[in-house]
Amino acid sequence: MSNVWAVCKKEIKSYFTSPIAYVAITVYLVLVGFFFQSLIWWFNTQSMQMAQNPYYLQQMNINQMVFSPLFHNISIILLLMIPLLTMRLFAEELKIKTDELLYTSPISINQIILGKYFASLFVLLVMLMLTGILSSLTFVFGNPEPRPILIGYLGLFLMGAAFMAVGIFFSSVTENQIVAAVLTFGSLLLFWVMNWASYSAGGIWKEVLNYVSFFQHFDDMTKGILDTTDLVYYISFIFLGLFLTHSVIQSRRWR
Amino acid sequence: MIEVEHLFKKYGDILAVQDLSFAVEKGHIWGLLGPNAAGKTTTMRILTGYLPATDGKATVAGYDVFEQPNEVKRIIGYLPENVPLYPEMTVQSFLHFVAEIKQIPASKRKEAVEKSISLGALESVKGRLIKNISRGYRQRVGIAQALIHDPQVLILDEPTIGLDPAQIIEIRRLIKTLKGDRTIILSTHILAEVTQTCDGVVIINEGKLMASGSLQELTASLQEKDGIFIRLRDGGKEKVEHFQNIPGVDNVTTRDDGYAIEWTQGKDSRDDITRYVVERNWGLLEMRSLAMDIEELYLRVITGGRNNE
Repeated sequence: MSNVWAVCKKEIKSYFTSPIAYVAITVYLVLVGFFFQSLIWWFNTQSMQMAQNPYYLQQMNINQMVFSPLFHNISIILLLMIPLLTMRLFAEELKIKTDELLYTSPISINQIILGKYFASLFVLLVMLMLTGILSSLTFVFGNPEPRPILIGYLGLFLMGAAFMAVGIFFSSVTENQIVAAVLTFGSLLLFWVMNWASYSAGGIWKEVLNYVSFFQHFDDMTKGILDTTDLVYYISFIFLGLFLTHSVIQSRRWR
Repeated sequence: MIEVEHLFKKYGDILAVQDLSFAVEKGHIWGLLGPNAAGKTTTMRILTGYLPATDGKATVAGYDVFEQPNEVKRIIGYLPENVPLYPEMTVQSFLHFVAEIKQIPASKRKEAVEKSISLGALESVKGRLIKNISRGYRQRVGIAQALIHDPQVLILDEPTIGLDPAQIIEIRRLIKTLKGDRTIILSTHILAEVTQTCDGVVIINEGKLMASGSLQELTASLQEKDGIFIRLRDGGKEKVEHFQNIPGVDNVTTRDDGYAIEWTQGKDSRDDITRYVVERNWGLLEMRSLAMDIEELYLRVITGGRNNE
């Protein structure tokens, strides 16, 4: 465990000594702030208009009208940002040949992968927690339900973690960071829109495509629904990503 | 200390190392010599556990490199050909990271980092980012990271490559001071380095072992004759015959304004030759031994191998 921590610490430091983390987090916060602001304004104008009719006013729900779309927006920003955060994790080691130091030290490949993965999760956590400040402001001025918001954040974290696992895998495939980022982005987008094909597919394929797609599992959670199927989906996705990373690194040594 | 037995390594269809065997005793420095792409780096990578071998056995301090890689990695310090450094880290934080992954206990880490900084003479750059220090310092950071866990075995892949002459001398001196109880294998292109620092050599070419042993052993085994080279004030072809008449002398040839005089190994004819020259007042300008130097040895071994194929 101390080995995992050593690698993790080094990676976190390298995220924050280079401009990568700062730039990514800043751009992310500006975008999230913009979306949040727009949604709140829209919610306000809607509330004003509905104020004349008590029945409609009853129907106004900040969870559904602000948070659910906000989580969807954040997920798209993560889809764009995460490939840039994971691209260097293994590709750079290969490029500058520091992998030779890691693999000749008494530390296992799994420990290296986990150390790097946890470091990327740390950056994800920082990003989500900073937007948590925005969300907590709504509790000062309104009365949203906390549970669906927490489940939404859990959904974002799990999905981000799955994205990171895909990213770390593609980073181990190549020594070119741009190639790693493009492959990660492309495959994440493909998994995202996979359920579109399910509209025209029939029978078992419809279900398969729906299950494999990120979107379906995430959509439930933005609405505050916590289903074990979704948890299992994300966790297996993470395991698969890390396992494939291990296989790639191991097979490169035997080639 | 280090034993390699019938080692093979294939990259796809290419045989990088074939049937390589050698052994290095504890406390010795051995040089791994060979032309480019001879398999030196591959051999070192196998010994350090970076690459698995296709076939064969390698042990370091009794631990099998393939069966007990972690034990081996704990006692080996390795400086790869491309020094593995993280440019965005400072020298000190990099060494601290290496100390962590080499499993130095937390209580001793600081001491180990300081010791390796002083061994590499890095005090003046320890707070600087690695990307901003010179090539010579980077090489020394590489050596410092290899030494940080006080390894019993050091494997150095071209430790002096890319350094200026003063730095080369400094690194060689450092390597010699490191010897002590440590066993060191270093690969190099500079043959003089071997005579100056190594106790023995392993010469490989195209992945195959060409020769191994101490320098004296190798020279003795390859040299059939002893001899001297002499240069006279007034040389000339006719003197060749004179020398040939001296008892014991086998072969005389002219070269570089002088004569190479050889006799059968064991019979020392130096006294007779000098007396002959001095008595005739030929003006002796230079006289030196014809013993094979490392360059000749190397060329003889490498080309000899080619001729046999």
